[in-house]
Amino acid sequence: MANKNTTSSKLKAALSTLIFPIISIIIAMFIAVFFVMWAEGENFFVATGTLFQAIWEGSFGTSFSIIETLVFVTPLLFTGLANAVAFKTGLFNIGVEGQFIMGIFAAAAIGLIPGLPAVIHVPLVLIGGMLAGAIWAAIPGFLKAKVGTNEVINTIMMNFIAMFFVNYMIMGPLNAPGKATTPLIQDSAKLWRFLGETNRINIGLFIGILLVALVYVLLWKTTIGYELRAVGLNPHAAEYGGIDIKKNIILAMAISGAIAGLGGAVHVAGIQYQAIQLFGFTNFGFDGIAVALLGKSHPVGVLLSATLFGALNSSSLNLQLANIPKDIVYLIQAIIIIFVAADYIYKWIGEKRKKEAMING
Amino acid sequence: MANGSIPVVVALLAATFRLATPLIFAALGGVISERSGVVNIGLEGIMIVGAFFAVYGSSLTGNPWVGLLFAVISGALVAAIHAVLSINLKADQTVSGVAINLFAGALTSFLIFKLFGRQGQTDGVAALPYPTEAMAKIPVIGPFLAELNWFVFMAIILVFVVHYVLYYTPLGLRIRAVGEHPKAADTLGINVYKIRYLCVIMSGVFAGLGGATLSIGVMNLFREGMVSGRGFIALAAMIFGNWKPFGAMGASFLFAFAQAFEILAQKFGWALPTEAYLAFPYILTMLALAGFVGKTTPPAADGVPYNKGER
Repeated sequence: MANKNTTSSKLKAALSTLIFPIISIIIAMFIAVFFVMWAEGENFFVATGTLFQAIWEGSFGTSFSIIETLVFVTPLLFTGLANAVAFKTGLFNIGVEGQFIMGIFAAAAIGLIPGLPAVIHVPLVLIGGMLAGAIWAAIPGFLKAKVGTNEVINTIMMNFIAMFFVNYMIMGPLNAPGKATTPLIQDSAKLWRFLGETNRINIGLFIGILLVALVYVLLWKTTIGYELRAVGLNPHAAEYGGIDIKKNIILAMAISGAIAGLGGAVHVAGIQYQAIQLFGFTNFGFDGIAVALLGKSHPVGVLLSATLFGALNSSSLNLQLANIPKDIVYLIQAIIIIFVAADYIYKWIGEKRKKEAMING
Repeated sequence: MANGSIPVVVALLAATFRLATPLIFAALGGVISERSGVVNIGLEGIMIVGAFFAVYGSSLTGNPWVGLLFAVISGALVAAIHAVLSINLKADQTVSGVAINLFAGALTSFLIFKLFGRQGQTDGVAALPYPTEAMAKIPVIGPFLAELNWFVFMAIILVFVVHYVLYYTPLGLRIRAVGEHPKAADTLGINVYKIRYLCVIMSGVFAGLGGATLSIGVMNLFREGMVSGRGFIALAAMIFGNWKPFGAMGASFLFAFAQAFEILAQKFGWALPTEAYLAFPYILTMLALAGFVGKTTPPAADGVPYNKGER
């Protein structure tokens, strides 16, 4: 095998995967500046200044804002990774949102059980969230593998079903009397807020970062991951090579859903302490699509883009204080995705190269 | 819903028609786009944009018909983004649709702030006038007609138009050919890109109308979250209707009836939880897709970008 080439080609590959996301971000920021110019009637340089100052101060300017940014980053790590695993297997799991919601529900329900020690209760809550998410995702996975129905449509449908089901549980069987929420979970089910109770940051962040490493190992260092990626790259070749496509589709969806559900559980056990009636989607799952796309479905890429999106989201309040419409940050995110989507020509060439490289070992 | 004087059945029927209308528009848009081979998940976003610009047009000129025009144009423009991304740049159509949904939500919130100087919702504007009184005087069906609005008629007429165009004109044949087998169509001299552009942009026009139905047809303002997933229900209606105009209309009526019935059932205190009615369209669509209810076949080349010259 061509060992002498690997270092330089790896570097090249890394650079070429980085360049398009970065260009997308820059263009999106640039367009956002024009929106600010229009909204505020400022010239380009002043608008650039106000926008980036507001974003920076709102996300990393003070120690409090850094902590809040990390709170925003945490769920995106999970939903980003969940989407990344699906993308790597050639699946589009728009249902991460619904799986996240099922995770919220499972955690909020299991968290109510009284009289358990924390060492048992916390893992129970997290595993419950994972299971709920995994089952919710495995259904469209199963339908895709066995019946051949499109997972995109089914996962969209299941997002809504999840939302209505969980709302029913929150307002019905699990309702905290007089409130549009479930009761608060037991103290033994809560994740440790290591900077004190008043700071919402909790060890969920480290679970997320740990998961980044785990997903990397899973995808690139295990046989399971190899099979998943093989199905994603070229299902026909994978099948010819003896890989069971159907099994891997269901497995990929279940893993993706488990990660999403874990994210929901962490959100309940670390931040919300209860499930709150949903009047719309949490959007963590949809942001996760963007995070995974921008991060090129690579765990490290997800870590970086989750940080960017988390920072943007957390700065939205500060933008409002600076009299800039907070929607600018969501516009930035949407435009980033538009440009990430538009790099398909490049991706197409890249994939062709990758497939050729695979043939050569 | 209805005033007390009309019978429950009439109220239920009229509500079904009203609730179905935005779904019919958007589902028709979906049918046109997907029949040409382009998946349009962005229907939801286009409806949002259409709903907003209908209000903006009406507020600028005081004329709701101009609002309608604004909705159509803005819908077409947003759809054009989707067309460029998914036809020329061969973007993943789902990604592009997701991006458009994100973009539409953010853009309209921003525009409410910029153009109306408010947050969350716009000012009230002139809604599309409807001669309720005159309609009520029509014998027999008058009470029913009085409960509708112009969009209802427009939607139903468009179903016939789209059906006619798709199945009885050369253009329709081309559209279907492009969606089933673009290469064969290309070989016969049909410009695949042009047809797909036309269809995606038309889907924007229709979804824009669907949005306008919500903002200046039913109410007189635009509110954030107003569309609340109707674009996706329309997508479901399109699938459940097996990618056919009349099928999509039927599915829209079915889903709308479930919604209308829920309002009625609540009045009578029937036991099913609200959420069950809300989830109904989605569950039914999943069952249909899985082959348990009816049979669905998407266009063969649906969602597959066409590469001229690829073998």
